[in-house]
Amino acid sequence: MTAPLLEVENLRTRFHTPDGVVRAVDGISFTVREGEIVGLVGESGAGKSVAGASLLRLVEDPGRIVGGEVTFKGETLVGFPDGRAEAGDGSGDDADDRWRDDVLSAEAIRRRIRGREIAIIFQDPMESLNPVFTVGGQLREFIELNRGLTQGRARELAVDMLREVGIPEAEDRYDDYPHEFSGGMRQRVLIAMALACEPSLVIADEPTTALDVTVEGQILELVADLQAKYDTSFLWITHDMGVVAEICDRVNVMYLGEIVEQADVDDLFYDTSHPYTEALLDSIPRPDRPVDELDPIAGIMPEAIEPPDGCRFHTRCPDARAVCTEINPDCRPLDDAGRPHRAACLKHESVFGAGYRESDPIENEAAGGFDVGRTEEGTDD
Amino acid sequence: MTERPATASGDGGDAGDAGYPTSPDQGETLLALDGLTKHFRNDGGFLSGLTLGRDVDGLVGIDREWVRAVDDVSFEIASGETLGLVGESGCGKSTLARTILQLVQPTAGDVYYKGRNFAEMGREELRRQRRDMQMIFQDPQSSLNPRMKVGRIVEEPMEAHGMLDAEGREARARELLERVGLDPQHYNRYPHAFSGGQRQRINLARALSVNPDFVVCDEPVSALDVSIQAQVLNTMADLQAEFGLTYLFITHDLSVIRHISDRVAVMYLGEVVELAETEELFEHPRHPYTEALLNAIPVPDPRAPGVRGRLEGDVPSPIDPPSGCRFRTRCPELIVPGDYDLTPAEWANVRAFARSVDRHEFEAESELAVRREFFGNAEPDGEAGRIVDEAIARLLTGEWDGAAALLNESFADRSICARGRPDYEVEPERDVDRHFAACHLHRDGTPPD
Repeated sequence: MTAPLLEVENLRTRFHTPDGVVRAVDGISFTVREGEIVGLVGESGAGKSVAGASLLRLVEDPGRIVGGEVTFKGETLVGFPDGRAEAGDGSGDDADDRWRDDVLSAEAIRRRIRGREIAIIFQDPMESLNPVFTVGGQLREFIELNRGLTQGRARELAVDMLREVGIPEAEDRYDDYPHEFSGGMRQRVLIAMALACEPSLVIADEPTTALDVTVEGQILELVADLQAKYDTSFLWITHDMGVVAEICDRVNVMYLGEIVEQADVDDLFYDTSHPYTEALLDSIPRPDRPVDELDPIAGIMPEAIEPPDGCRFHTRCPDARAVCTEINPDCRPLDDAGRPHRAACLKHESVFGAGYRESDPIENEAAGGFDVGRTEEGTDD
Repeated sequence: MTERPATASGDGGDAGDAGYPTSPDQGETLLALDGLTKHFRNDGGFLSGLTLGRDVDGLVGIDREWVRAVDDVSFEIASGETLGLVGESGCGKSTLARTILQLVQPTAGDVYYKGRNFAEMGREELRRQRRDMQMIFQDPQSSLNPRMKVGRIVEEPMEAHGMLDAEGREARARELLERVGLDPQHYNRYPHAFSGGQRQRINLARALSVNPDFVVCDEPVSALDVSIQAQVLNTMADLQAEFGLTYLFITHDLSVIRHISDRVAVMYLGEVVELAETEELFEHPRHPYTEALLNAIPVPDPRAPGVRGRLEGDVPSPIDPPSGCRFRTRCPELIVPGDYDLTPAEWANVRAFARSVDRHEFEAESELAVRREFFGNAEPDGEAGRIVDEAIARLLTGEWDGAAALLNESFADRSICARGRPDYEVEPERDVDRHFAACHLHRDGTPPD
């Protein structure tokens, strides 16, 4: 087993809004090893994108990283002095005095880590490319700045990279503007940019979600090829279980700011151990076989401002019992067999020993009630 | 599933009052398209269509381009069925829906609804007919007026069509809210108090308020999270059974299509390329584009075989679509022109070579290097061989465009795929009536009647 490249320990990020504090990421821990593609899966509002941004301290106001530790290749990107973790001193994440002494400065992250060691690919390529500069020019400048090459050499490399990610007539397209590229081609350009500095880790935030399925197929295949060639690690953020099954080695499933299950991809699908993951898998129509009736997850995801007490999924969980309303389980290893399978569910009585078996089932949205999808918040007038 | 009291579909008091045709029986043709076509003028701006120059008549020429969004589409939808319409962005599926509903004027072709041709209806009659056909859009946020309470939103179409009195409308709105899985108490709330899935339910209630027979659903669940998507899909299926609705369900998501449709039509670049009963289509696709689409979907099963036929290239522009079969420029099964005698391996090499030349994917260093790269295992001889030789010669002098043109004219353009528009019925594999596949591979089959 290879050493972890990235280690995330109990990371917490909050947003201070007029309505209250949103606990977008609430104590997640995971690792990414060399050459691995690790999935971070969840529905919208689960906190997966904020988690990705937090790794590079890219969270914007009013968001703040308030706790936990992130280390990458032995260097600390996020870390707090003892007892200072949640000090609300009002300074932003860029203020270096918030962090412990051994944490890299914002300047060091910008110069040494971002782009060079850890690259990010976002969902919407149009937002990441500047519409008033040519595609080739942007790629060249990026390479020039990050790899310290001459302009001429950077240009050659830029053309090579464009060709490598499958842009036809790369030499001619070099001087085109982003709007002259199709969505799939723009995403290829961003992949070229992400890989141009041969980073060790790429954080890919829903990079294929906006693309058509045949284009998505092309991009996933491209990523697999490039990953094999450069041995790059990926943190792949997505809501799509199909994409997860296709490219991920290991998966973290997020629900309301927490990781509820963590497993090798095969175990996640064939030895599913958290009711949320199970519900997620049951609710998707299948492209490969007919499904008579979809079994949706009852209700809607509660607000992260006031997450339910106890297990956060208990309001929608078909397996919920009284004890689930009191104890919020952490994500624990399920057996000692050495398999890296963790789940945060009290129904694994032998692991948690919280008295789940004797506890009474509870009435919740999954237990029927009126019908699916009713609001509880909102005001009658 | 919640038990629902029986009313609404049967409460035909409001449907019958204005003398509308009654619902046709299940299975009868509700809607028929005959050669429906919609072209848009690609004006872009005030002066963009003008060309200055001597090569046009006079000094200023008018150069109008037409975007052929929908081209000669014919099919029928039976009462009570769900026809899935699937295709990638830009294939014309949303334009087709809008043209069917006469929200945009067709360029050519006819739409028959319950046997009557829209083109022959007057404005007032068309307006009344619209009540019977409703539409639901992708973005539940922007299709609801944020300043209107939910009750008003649901009642508005009834008001516009002069249905019921105020009291009756309110009662019906409350009932519909319950039917779509919302709380009737939500009548007085504003849309912002609802989640995306709930907003789509409000849209459903609004569409159903005027008691339509036909509902066009344009990507209704694409913006929703998977768990919410499943809830809404189930509700839509329940409502269909309860109200006897006919759906035209448009989406790019093949999994959703497989789940909800009775029959599926696949669109590519403005044309329907394949149409068959859902399982027939998914299990026995007969058009290479459908096959490519099906192979491209990531299957939520890590043990599924990871063979993924990659579809090369991008969709061509609908302004100047390829002749003959529009998919031929990307088709992995392009038919070898009858002029040449090529083995399958030779033909594959010729096509790979032509594509790489067209995309300028390599540098031509020497004749030998090019031959080794592209024709290592099989090199054509005879007439085809001479053309390849000539193309390589042009590459070595830097004439990439010339070489690409030569290869195109000599090979791809001479294929039957480039010459005639394919239009075939194939023998279904399953026990179903018909299977349409617009691919010349099936030219031994029969043309549709």
